[in-house]
Amino acid sequence: MARQKKTSTTDQPTPRAAGALPKAPTGIRGLDEITHGGLPRGRPTLVCGAAGSGKTMLAAEFLVHGALHHDEPGVFMMFEESAAELAQNLRSLGVDLGLLQQQRKIALDHVHIERSEIQETGEYDLEGLFIRLDHAIATVGARRVVLDTLEALFSGLPNHAVLRAELRRLFRWLKERGVTALITGERGEHSLTRYGLEEYVADCVILLDHRIVDQVSTRRLRVVKYRGTPHGTNEYPFVIGARGISVLPITSMRLDHQASGARVSSGIAGLDAMLGGAGVFRGSSTLVTGAPGTGKSSVGASFVDAACRRGERALLFAYEESSSQLLRNMRSIGVDLAPWQQAGLLHIDASRPTLHGVEQHLGHMVDRVRELQPSVVVVDPISNLTMSHDDPALKATLMRLIDFLKSGGVTALFTSLTSDSAADVASSQVGVSSLMDTWIQLSNLAANGERTRTLQVLKSRGMPHSHQVREFVMGDHGVDLVEVYLAGDKVLTGTARVAREAQELAASDLRRRDHERRLRELANHRQAIDAQIAALNARAEERASALEFALERETLQAEGLGARSKSVAPSREPATHAARPANGAGPARKEAR
Amino acid sequence: MNARAAAGKLSAGAARGSERSAANDARDRPVAEWQLRLYVAGQTAKSIAALANLRRVCETHLAGRYEIEVVDLLVNPRLAAGDQILAVPTLVRKFPEPIRKIIGDLSNEDRVLVGLDVQPLR
Repeated sequence: MARQKKTSTTDQPTPRAAGALPKAPTGIRGLDEITHGGLPRGRPTLVCGAAGSGKTMLAAEFLVHGALHHDEPGVFMMFEESAAELAQNLRSLGVDLGLLQQQRKIALDHVHIERSEIQETGEYDLEGLFIRLDHAIATVGARRVVLDTLEALFSGLPNHAVLRAELRRLFRWLKERGVTALITGERGEHSLTRYGLEEYVADCVILLDHRIVDQVSTRRLRVVKYRGTPHGTNEYPFVIGARGISVLPITSMRLDHQASGARVSSGIAGLDAMLGGAGVFRGSSTLVTGAPGTGKSSVGASFVDAACRRGERALLFAYEESSSQLLRNMRSIGVDLAPWQQAGLLHIDASRPTLHGVEQHLGHMVDRVRELQPSVVVVDPISNLTMSHDDPALKATLMRLIDFLKSGGVTALFTSLTSDSAADVASSQVGVSSLMDTWIQLSNLAANGERTRTLQVLKSRGMPHSHQVREFVMGDHGVDLVEVYLAGDKVLTGTARVAREAQELAASDLRRRDHERRLRELANHRQAIDAQIAALNARAEERASALEFALERETLQAEGLGARSKSVAPSREPATHAARPANGAGPARKEAR
Repeated sequence: MNARAAAGKLSAGAARGSERSAANDARDRPVAEWQLRLYVAGQTAKSIAALANLRRVCETHLAGRYEIEVVDLLVNPRLAAGDQILAVPTLVRKFPEPIRKIIGDLSNEDRVLVGLDVQPLR
């Protein structure tokens, strides 16, 4: 509450203005923001609305908060419900009315008029009512009074002239007593209340409305008038949740939440790479749009999985699948969330989207986020939160939710279902996408008899991001993106990618074989050349040896001739000395030949 | 205030006296057949008129069979809630059951009789 007040609307009342009109805080979340502090202190306020619009609840909370937190005891005078019924209704909000009565903080008085028991004759006044009220106020020292629903008197008492005069006296009396009074009244056909109570209560009138749009109920609150003080004049949605009424004003008109520079992984490595390599900013909001079956839930599951891996708490709102179905389906793609759930890191809040109106969902989400304090929130999908496609409430609600999450530094991911046609996407989602920091579009490309999941980052504020369409696969190990396959100027996906890969594989195979063949040829050629070289060498050697032989033979012949002529000469001249050794060798060689 | 209460007691006592005398010749029962309670807030013109009118009606039609208790809410404000009193004066027929209420100063005798479901004697 304190935080909301700090970041509250720009037309926050100045202290001087607040001092001019003292106010009694209602303690109802949001209502005190709209009225800039509460109901006019010491004056009566009229709360009107149709049956079941939450009048009694608002009145009871006003009283209980006053008694518990502002030391202002109260009197609850009821004309319709009995004390036991009221106590039971409040017990569901965790308020023990019996205890408050014992502590003399709240006095109850059930005024019951049975028309059939009453006969009227002569003059009378309603002094009995005044005495009862006075007695109750005196009993607890009340500063606050609730009259719920005063109009029941009109059906109980036949003389309306007397009644109106007495009501006028009653409101004057209440002002004189200085109690802050809250009177509820049934909504009339053409006026605020059926019996024109607004004519007596001129200070502050709050109108509650409960309407059914597309079979879903939504509640609205409007401050019709508030004399002497500025107030929010819009219709504000409100919900009656487990902790009572909360009105949902736009929590901050100024965008002044702190932007974190830290980045967190989206749980998909390929996506992180596309987002400048580091994932999304902490405290940012991401929108994932896509047609049915494009893998939005898987992206969401990866997101919480990554958070739990980091040891952070995550909260997943599932509006399409039950918790166990979600766990099973995500396990099939290798994202096992069950351990996180058991460890208390992950909370899955699965409910039927049509169960509540969109504001009711918002109230519930806010309650859960406050309770669990997660660092990551995933809503899967936001498009299911409303039945009608162009529900203006959805954008307002999302704005409130995003604002709430951002101010708490919670990183959020929203998925949104879009129809398959691409043209539709931008128009139908433009309303909410402008609220998002990162917008990831998942689409199915149908071509050549198959569908291919693709992912592209349409925008991502404050970081460089890839503009490529990437193929998105869900395998046994979670979700990932396939490496970009560029062929010429095109990014190929699916079968085209596979075919291209096959083509290229085939081509490279051929090339490899060609190379092998050519290498073999070269080797063969080299072998042939080697053989030729060997042959030539052989011939050369042959020649060389032949030549050597011939040379030797010629030498020997020449030597032999010389020797013979020499050996002949000694036989003629025996005194020849020098030829003697050769003499012996000569005949020996001859013999060897 | 105490004077008012005493006055209430007094008138109730007087009524009870008349009841007691009637009880002897009627049925033998400790309490009156008609038990009426008149709620007023102080001694206003309306409450005085109401009490006077009531006495007259009872003496005329229920002589000896009734008992009137006057409750001044200014003295006993907590008694207002018990009989669900809003308007004053209010006459409550406590007995015979069912409980019936007549609001106003009881100036119209016929309506008082209808309201009390008393058969007129004349």
